[in-house]
Amino acid sequence: MQTDFEQVIDKLQSKQQWDFPGGVFPAQQKELSNQTQILTLPLAQRFFVPVKQHIGVEGHVIVVAGDKVLKGQALSKSMNDFAVPVHAPTSGTVIGVGPHESAHPSGLPELTVEIEPDGEDKWHELSPLQDYQNQSKMTVLAAICDAGISGMGGAGFPTHIKAAPKKEVEFLIINGVECEPYITSDDRLMREHAWQIRQGIDVLTHLLSPKKILIAIEDNKPEAIEAMQVACHENPQYMVCAIPTKYPAGGEKQLIQVLTNREVPKQGLPGDVGVIMHNVGTCYAIADAVFSGKPLTQRVVTVSGHAVNKPGNVWALVGTPIEHLLTHAEYQGAKQPQPKVIMGGPMMGFTVTSNQVPVVKITNCLLLPTANEVADTDNEQACIRCGMCADACPASLLPQQLFWHSKAKELEKAQEYNLFDCIECGACAYVCPSEIPLVHYYRIAKAEIRIEQDEKQKADKARERFESRSARLVKEQEARDEKHRKAAEARKQAMESNGNGAKDKIAAALARAKAKKRQANESVDNQDPPIGSIAQQPSTTAADPSANTSSNERVAAAIARAKAKRAAQTQAQAKATGDAGSSDEHGTEIESAANESTTQPVDDTPIQASENPVVAGPIKTNEKRANEKLEPVSENALTTGTAKPLPVALAESLSVEPAIAVEAEQKPPITELKVTKPRVTKARVSKVITTEEKVSPASSGESLTDKQIDDASKKVKVTAAVAKAKAKRAALQKAKAEDETVDVPLTENKEEQQLDAKKRRIATAVAKAKAKKAAQTANTNNKDES
Amino acid sequence: MSLLTTILVALLALGGLALIFGLILGYASIRFKVEGDPLVEQIDEILPQTQCGQCGYPGCKPYAQAIAEGDVINKCPPGGDATIKKLAELMGVEATSLDAAHGKEDVKKVAYIREDECIGCTKCIQACPVDAILGAAKQMHTVIVDECTGCDLCVDPCPVDCIDMIPLASNASAWRWDIKAIPVKQLS
Repeated sequence: MQTDFEQVIDKLQSKQQWDFPGGVFPAQQKELSNQTQILTLPLAQRFFVPVKQHIGVEGHVIVVAGDKVLKGQALSKSMNDFAVPVHAPTSGTVIGVGPHESAHPSGLPELTVEIEPDGEDKWHELSPLQDYQNQSKMTVLAAICDAGISGMGGAGFPTHIKAAPKKEVEFLIINGVECEPYITSDDRLMREHAWQIRQGIDVLTHLLSPKKILIAIEDNKPEAIEAMQVACHENPQYMVCAIPTKYPAGGEKQLIQVLTNREVPKQGLPGDVGVIMHNVGTCYAIADAVFSGKPLTQRVVTVSGHAVNKPGNVWALVGTPIEHLLTHAEYQGAKQPQPKVIMGGPMMGFTVTSNQVPVVKITNCLLLPTANEVADTDNEQACIRCGMCADACPASLLPQQLFWHSKAKELEKAQEYNLFDCIECGACAYVCPSEIPLVHYYRIAKAEIRIEQDEKQKADKARERFESRSARLVKEQEARDEKHRKAAEARKQAMESNGNGAKDKIAAALARAKAKKRQANESVDNQDPPIGSIAQQPSTTAADPSANTSSNERVAAAIARAKAKRAAQTQAQAKATGDAGSSDEHGTEIESAANESTTQPVDDTPIQASENPVVAGPIKTNEKRANEKLEPVSENALTTGTAKPLPVALAESLSVEPAIAVEAEQKPPITELKVTKPRVTKARVSKVITTEEKVSPASSGESLTDKQIDDASKKVKVTAAVAKAKAKRAALQKAKAEDETVDVPLTENKEEQQLDAKKRRIATAVAKAKAKKAAQTANTNNKDES
Repeated sequence: MSLLTTILVALLALGGLALIFGLILGYASIRFKVEGDPLVEQIDEILPQTQCGQCGYPGCKPYAQAIAEGDVINKCPPGGDATIKKLAELMGVEATSLDAAHGKEDVKKVAYIREDECIGCTKCIQACPVDAILGAAKQMHTVIVDECTGCDLCVDPCPVDCIDMIPLASNASAWRWDIKAIPVKQLS
């Protein structure tokens, strides 16, 4: 259970506190350095400002070698919330930006801005925030961030983050405990600058709005307590608490426990128990930043130890090489058998690797001990399980268990014993009778665990990347295969469809060919019977002339004549002109109409067939039907030739009329015709001649001898037969040709077909006409004979 | 009640109980069946995921599979003795020293492309098992240091030998404390 606010206040007002477990009481060496004022040192020859001096992310360097900088000018820029900038400690020239030995136990080089001072120490333009209470909290926080302030107690956590809590703050604790022996920088700062520290606390109070502000100072610093009490007495919210001297009371969690009896949960933050803690040095820096606009460029550093002649506190500019401080403190390094410089306190500090290591924002002490002050390092004995370390541990851990597991690299077990709750205070090592450097074992174990975790994280990332890459490769391969498969399929399909197309074409062509063949056959067949009948007719009529009625015969003859005329006209079509005789014109029109009507279906069917191969069958039947339809027409035409009663078809009726007219004309003296017609035009001459030829047997039948007639009819028959044969051959050839021209594209085919059809039509028409003429001649002969 | 009846009752009671428990167990074995082989996953967790193929398998997962199927555990030079120790613990076999035939444990390295020599052939990009190399055909390539596992696989395919394996520089945050670096301070 968390101790409630009133309880805490009551206890603190009665000058009592709680306690934290463990803790040690090392010999105090504060008098060495806290007797003199904080000195201001002359400028060093060079300044080395590390870019990263805090926990978090380093900023982005905004200066390059050769730049002139003024004191307080920003050298880096915060890239995110966890980065604070660093500033030039004095005016001068940037000599370089590069790696330099760091203020870290490893001494590994870190990115550092090297500045050569010009000696003027001229300030950059300052922009103080005098009326911070009227400014928004964000503005004040930004000013704190821009001033590069990070926790000056030791951890270096960016202050602007700690000053913007997410939870309600009950206690703002100002840490002036400074529990390490030797270190007196906060002590001197409170003594000399209590007022400015209070100003800094005011700013934090404004930002955090805590219920109570506790200023904690160990009771071994009475002057500091007094100074702070004087500075804070006018505000009842502020309470200066003197706490018992015990190491490590200055630890954040320990101090919270002492003042509020609250324990910060494992992996939690002080904010979780309603507490925010800031160091006195940080408060001083905040006041500097807000009221005078000065960024954090200097801090108090204790230079102490028995190896220096002038121990004390100095204002050290951030980036000053420690050598400069040691020189001014008159360090007797040459006299030391094992000279060593410890940065930080004797309990938690580390040996620096070089005297060119710079002072950074968290450097609070340089300890220069003599050989007597520090024990020999190689004195480690075996653990005797005395348990003193467990008694001394302020975090209530089991240091010996941690030691065993850390030493045996059983990192998981060490973690089970809460290794990461160790604050590395060194109390256990301090009390250890076997002089085991316990904290170092813990640090090694912690570092190894962190590295292992990093590696694990990296390995996980690598695994993820590897797996996603493998997956991607598989996917790509699949996509490729799929593409290939599809392409192959498409090819196959294309081939098939082409093949299909070819098949279709073949089918269509076959259909067409069949249709044509049939048509040709039909036409031939159709042609055959009339000719046969015509050929026969004369014989029959000749055999039995009395059977034929004169009127029928006359009509038939007239029709035949008319047709003959028409045929003659077709023959002469090339020569024919527009002013052909009316009967002739009619004839042409009729014939062309008849041609069109017969050819159209033939034209259409192949197209349809090729377009729609599946329907090839039905179309064939259609074709057949069309042919069947045609048949009556041709039959009609033929029957007219075979002297049937009056034809019904339009074409026939049309053709009959002129024929009758011709017949009617025939009755009057034909000589008239003969005489008048040649007169009209020259073009007509040939026609007239043909008509004359045709008519002549009829008109001048009396004048002609039988022999002549026989000859003529024979001649006509021969020509008709020849024409018929030719027509047949042509039709066959065409069918063959079309069979061969299967692969010819459709349009071409069509055109060709149209042309062929036309030719064929002409040929058939010619043949028909010739046959009819022959028939007619035969008829007339017969008539004449009869 | 005769002796026979007593024996019969006892037999029936025990038989009935056996049947009931048998059914429960049978159901549980189906209902709470563990899917998959978690051993391969566990081994894969231990392996360093450099995907270098020095073990003779095309990546860490295939080697994990092979170990699960009985292959020896000392074929992983990037993992070194630490990995062998962990594998030995997991597999219940004795930890042997690293098989020298597969290489020896080395410091962590990352690939570095001397960029002005790179001709942009993309061969290293194809070789990288974790896609840590950036670049395009006829464009300069570069290595994403944070993603590089130091597997060495990009070095051989490079036709102009412009790839170096550089030991990873240690930094302060990844620094291993050395027990001898800091003397024990014992105040008098």
